[in-house]
Amino acid sequence: MLRDKAQGWLAIVAALTVGCGGGGDGAAAGGDDGAPAEAAAPAVDPAIAATILGTVNFEGTPPAQTEIDMSEEPVCADKHTAGAPMTQQVSVADGKLGHVFVYVKEGLGDMQFAVPSSAVALDQDGCRYHPHVLGIQAGQDLSITNSDDVLHNINTQPTINRGFNVSQPQAGMTSTKNFRSAEVMIPVKCDVHGWMNSYIGVLDHPYFAVSAADGTFSLDGLPPGDYVIEAWHELYGTMTQNVTVGEKESAGITFLFTESMAGNYVPLGEPLVLGGHDADTGAHAHDANQS
Amino acid sequence: MSARAWFPEFAAFLALSALACLPSAARAQDADNGGRIYDRWCAECHGAEGLGDGPAAAYMLPRPRDFSQARYQIRTTANGELPTDADILAILENGMPGTTMPAWPNLSGEEKSDVIAYLKSLSRFFDGTEPQMAVLGSDPGGGAEAIESGRAAYESLECWKCHGRSGRGSGQSTPTLEDWREYPIRAADLTEPWTFNGGGGAEEIHTRMLTGLDGTPMPAYSDALEAGVVSEEEVWNVAHYVASLAPTLEPRVADLVLASRVEGELPTSTDDAGWETAESYFVPLVGQIIETPRNFAPTVDGAWVQALHDGHEIALRVSWGDPSDSPDPEWEEWRAKLIPLLHADGADLSADSLLTDGMALQFPAHIPDGSERPYFLMGESSDPVTLWTWDSRSGVAEAQGRGLGNIGAVAETGLSGSAAFDEGRWSVVFRRPIQSQADGVISLAEGVAIPMAMFAWDGSSAETAARGSISSWTYLYLEEPASSAVFIAPLLAALLTAMLGWAAVSSAQRKARSSQEHISEVMRETT
Repeated sequence: MLRDKAQGWLAIVAALTVGCGGGGDGAAAGGDDGAPAEAAAPAVDPAIAATILGTVNFEGTPPAQTEIDMSEEPVCADKHTAGAPMTQQVSVADGKLGHVFVYVKEGLGDMQFAVPSSAVALDQDGCRYHPHVLGIQAGQDLSITNSDDVLHNINTQPTINRGFNVSQPQAGMTSTKNFRSAEVMIPVKCDVHGWMNSYIGVLDHPYFAVSAADGTFSLDGLPPGDYVIEAWHELYGTMTQNVTVGEKESAGITFLFTESMAGNYVPLGEPLVLGGHDADTGAHAHDANQS
Repeated sequence: MSARAWFPEFAAFLALSALACLPSAARAQDADNGGRIYDRWCAECHGAEGLGDGPAAAYMLPRPRDFSQARYQIRTTANGELPTDADILAILENGMPGTTMPAWPNLSGEEKSDVIAYLKSLSRFFDGTEPQMAVLGSDPGGGAEAIESGRAAYESLECWKCHGRSGRGSGQSTPTLEDWREYPIRAADLTEPWTFNGGGGAEEIHTRMLTGLDGTPMPAYSDALEAGVVSEEEVWNVAHYVASLAPTLEPRVADLVLASRVEGELPTSTDDAGWETAESYFVPLVGQIIETPRNFAPTVDGAWVQALHDGHEIALRVSWGDPSDSPDPEWEEWRAKLIPLLHADGADLSADSLLTDGMALQFPAHIPDGSERPYFLMGESSDPVTLWTWDSRSGVAEAQGRGLGNIGAVAETGLSGSAAFDEGRWSVVFRRPIQSQADGVISLAEGVAIPMAMFAWDGSSAETAARGSISSWTYLYLEEPASSAVFIAPLLAALLTAMLGWAAVSSAQRKARSSQEHISEVMRETT
């Protein structure tokens, strides 16, 4: 009898041990939300999927581009045969703004999305990051390659995820990393080459894009519904729009960033209020005008 | 079940639960108690909420840690991972050399354990997830071959991009380095391992290489190891090479700089072969924080001094680490970032756009008879000092100091000098006739201990005038020509010291014996 009771208590203690994190399975430390959702059933029927097509316009004068002095790194300088590279902070051409991260901020409810098995690439070539701005899903592999035969370090500085700072001292070296939680945006820099920087947007769904040099972007395969779309730029801050798309519809939207927005608050690693996280309360699911 | 029957089992349950949750602690950590200790000892620098923004933080560079992001530099866990309790404990026990973080011997083991629990409560990242440990392996051993191979790997891995070819923290990437809070940060001067945040031994250096120093530009070489770009042995070799760049312990502070008397030519240039045999003395320097504007983050933290004389002239070679040959346009960005962080006390640090580097040797204007010395911050009007100054653009000059900011020219004394900058290290030679007829400047003499102090400035870090590094008084002693008296006097002194020492020790022993006897007596009486 006593023995049985003792065993009962031991079982509870054992259960608590696991609860206390004593297990030590060596899993990578993650964010606050645990592991990303495993592949649920396809959330969107392709037959009814909608699309948001858009353009990011720009009004005014972009900041003066400064020439990067790469003389200390001839291996990289020699790759820029068309002339010295310019700082790529702002990509403006014919009134269109590139390098804008556009994504569904709200409206997906508690839908779960499979993590793609393919990796997203981040290349270091000519002492620049390619691409300068990229999107990735939480848990998806980020494949970082050094195409320069010089030392680079990849120093990510998230606030929601754990960051990393690793060196790649040789050409051809690749590191595979991932971020466990949604975070817009994670700054990336190379401390060896102070001019190298990049931004990574991490989401727990696949609806994101980066505007091309001509300002265009598209969010494909969306379930019909009401969405808050945010556009993020490293210098001009963020803008949001509400969009409703019906079955098989294609909605067109435009964002207009202006010179005067320079110096606006640029969110980096701000906690996101995502549809999936709101499932318990539903508080923000359709509160589209909050920003 | 009665309450009485229930209780022992519940107590056992509680005890077991505590053990289960805290396998490494003898008792439950008390985060509340840790919070009280934190408020008393830590909050002044690390801030009430642990955001690294306490009232004293603004006077520190590097700034105190912000605990909210749980980025800990010194860990045995993999890059980007949380630290273990043992990692945090090691910092509380050892402090962080090279920063303002001291060790905390005043806290008991339990108190430290409580503080650790509280620190972890300041960040949501400590959610019970076990951190992934770094794979460190074991040291295959150092030795000349390992060091040589480490030197080659240091080159091929491009450690020198930040730490410099000579390891003195003067690499081409250093002027733009920032920590994760965007505060300018220096690459470690690898020739001063006693300033390494996590310790200067080969094993510690090896751990830093494989874990990185999170929150700083120093990356982990763990991925390079995994990718086969560098081998386990090479990482160890680099660690041994870095450890070989200097003694692990800070050199003893020189109380007296001996200027040996030489026959023949005194050295004139910084690389003269004559310096090779001259004894080298280490004089530590600290930021000048007595008068405004103060210097809380000085560049120069010590200098090596050598001195030789020939009975007519004296030559001193002073060498110190400074990553930049100021003024250097490459460092303007660094200086611009630094200025808003410095407490200028009203001084306009940005006014002089291109500041130079400097060094000054200070002596009393007259060799004092007793132990009285002038005010060490460049003297005072009633008791002036002689300054042998060197400036990276205008060279050497002799001057008289009557206090900070009250420096006057003196008549020609024959002071000459030369300087060389090599990979983050200045070497300056001062040469002057020992005697001087000029008014109000020191005339040196053989066979006496002459007070000497030093000042240093790094223009690239906005150091100028009162904002510099200072040493305390040390002594310069010019060796007398060899004569019988020279040998007898020290011998007599040594004998006398030995006798006095013997007398003191035996007297102390007698006292100890009698007090022990007294204690024994008291014990006997009381029991």
